[in-house]
Amino acid sequence: MSDAQTTPHETIDEDRRDFIHIATAATAVAGAGALAYVFIDQMNAASDTKAASSLDVDVSKVPLGGEIRVLIGGKPFFIRHRTPEEIREAEAVDVSSLRDPQTDDERLVPMQNGELNRAILVTSGSCTHLGCVPVGPAQGNTGDFGGWYCPCHGSHYDTSGRIRRGPAPANLPVPDYNWVSPAVINISL
Amino acid sequence: MSGHASTYEPKTGFTKWLDSRLPVVRLAYDSFVDFPTPKNLNYWYTFGGILAVCLMTQILTGVVLAMHYTASVDSAFASVERIMRDVPYGWLIRYIHANGASMFFLAVYIHMFRGLYYGSYKAPREILWILGVVIFLLMMGTAFLGYVLPWGQMSYHGANVITGLIGAVPVVGDSIKAWLMGGPSIGNQTLQRFFSLHYLLPFMIAGVVVLHIWALHVPGNNNPTGVEPRKDPEGLKQDTVPFHPYYTVKDGFAIVVFLIIFAAFVFYMPNVLGHADNYIEANPLVTPAHIVPEWYLLPFYAILRAITFNIGPIDAKLLGVIAMFGSIAILFFLPWLDTSKVKSMRYRPVARQFFFGFVVAGLLLGWCGASNPDDPIIPMGSDKLVVSYEDANGNTASQTYEEYEAAAEFREQKMAEGVDATMTVDKAPAFRFVHLAQLLTLYYFAYFLVILPLLGLRENPKDEPASIHKAVLGHDRAAPAPAE
Repeated sequence: MSDAQTTPHETIDEDRRDFIHIATAATAVAGAGALAYVFIDQMNAASDTKAASSLDVDVSKVPLGGEIRVLIGGKPFFIRHRTPEEIREAEAVDVSSLRDPQTDDERLVPMQNGELNRAILVTSGSCTHLGCVPVGPAQGNTGDFGGWYCPCHGSHYDTSGRIRRGPAPANLPVPDYNWVSPAVINISL
Repeated sequence: MSGHASTYEPKTGFTKWLDSRLPVVRLAYDSFVDFPTPKNLNYWYTFGGILAVCLMTQILTGVVLAMHYTASVDSAFASVERIMRDVPYGWLIRYIHANGASMFFLAVYIHMFRGLYYGSYKAPREILWILGVVIFLLMMGTAFLGYVLPWGQMSYHGANVITGLIGAVPVVGDSIKAWLMGGPSIGNQTLQRFFSLHYLLPFMIAGVVVLHIWALHVPGNNNPTGVEPRKDPEGLKQDTVPFHPYYTVKDGFAIVVFLIIFAAFVFYMPNVLGHADNYIEANPLVTPAHIVPEWYLLPFYAILRAITFNIGPIDAKLLGVIAMFGSIAILFFLPWLDTSKVKSMRYRPVARQFFFGFVVAGLLLGWCGASNPDDPIIPMGSDKLVVSYEDANGNTASQTYEEYEAAAEFREQKMAEGVDATMTVDKAPAFRFVHLAQLLTLYYFAYFLVILPLLGLRENPKDEPASIHKAVLGHDRAAPAPAE
């Protein structure tokens, strides 16, 4: 180096050095970013996990007043066959008084002929508070509003799956589903 | 103290040869043999050594368990049962590991309260304290991940609750949650990554422990008086003793006593700190009636559940999560929140009362975390049964009863008349666990954010002793000497 200062032909080109420093650092950052992307993205859902994300369910098998529970991609869903009394209760609620206002009709998906099948209610089976699975008619406890009761932190849902009391902030979400035939629905995540 | 000159003298040819190439024996000698340590350390100061033993126990038993465990949703539960029944001494190694986690946390809590009482987080030990909080966080992460591995009911649903917390973060919460779980729910892929990380984190803890000990050996130990050893050679000699044999023996004795208690749990009540639900294989469709974390996380769980109200646009769920993480994050700032120059609570009579209040608050928060938040602690009146029905005019009417029999009889009578009657419970007002948890959460935060900052400026501390030596000899007060 001392050579460079004494020899007039070998002056230090600062701009050139800056360029090299910046180019080296930029390459290193880009390389680190490209590597980090791989290691971050590998944590996301794998293709087979994503593929197992929809299910056909025969709703004609659900007993009146009861429900069946299905797992899609490990997530629980409730398919409830409501009694006329339960439907009446769900429709009679003053929507404006609800924490998460939704009418019962808004929580149903029309069949292929455009009509609503009010007897069949499909909801997510995860409490919107912290994801516990609420208990329902099969477990002998439907909470104070006839729908579901979450034993973890005491959220009560009504017969339309709407939050009525307890810490949960929102209604049990209605999943993405459609009627394949008058008896079969297809639920997807 | 790093200031003190090395006194190690290699004696044999080999140690001389080694010392000039890798002075590892010198490092160990200067750190654990001739390390000047305040001579007044009490038994509360032995928990650092106990914790080192805990970490080694967990790593040793954990490495062995990993040889027999299968991280797959189909066989994880069965592989743990195989460890318990078929693997030679598998039951012992697993019980040591499971109870070892509890003993680890027991020791770390005592260690932390010790630091809080004697002001061990104050200058020049802020980094030492912060590294300790980092270790505590890593421990909680490791314990959470480890608890999922047996794939029991509590494993699965506890993990669901905890990952659900991340979903409370606005906008990005759900994508982060899906990224952590590797899919829409906790599944095989989640179990596999949790196993990998559960194996990794203890070694990260070990790394931070090395930094923690390094940061300890720069200023040296704090001590129950909070007065630093004198720097001059004569004063240093009076105030300190070499680590070996004085504290190797004291720590060793404490470790033996601790291991006896540990063994009592392992051999006589190995499941008393666990939950029976975790001996039922995970079932995503059935949530256990009462999801509770392991005891050592209960106070933080209570803080999470204490927030049941919204503040402005932030809903209760997110606030609970913020409060829970905040309760640990606040520890990072403690060295600057406590404004008192006096380290030890021995000389802060007012602060000491608040400190003991803080310990009680921590224990009571644990009680709240273990209890159903809606259960009454102090009932004010008794619950009533309300039977509602439609009267002859079509209006809603109701009758209130104290006794179930009377209420049921009335309801049946109405039903027989063809009137639809429903019975509900009208809960009496009460002071419930959730209310206690709210008060305690308030105290927890007030202790750090209000009490410690203000007390340091306003309180009137007692005189500190002139030196550790004088404190030990009982000459620490300016009071006149007793008559000869």
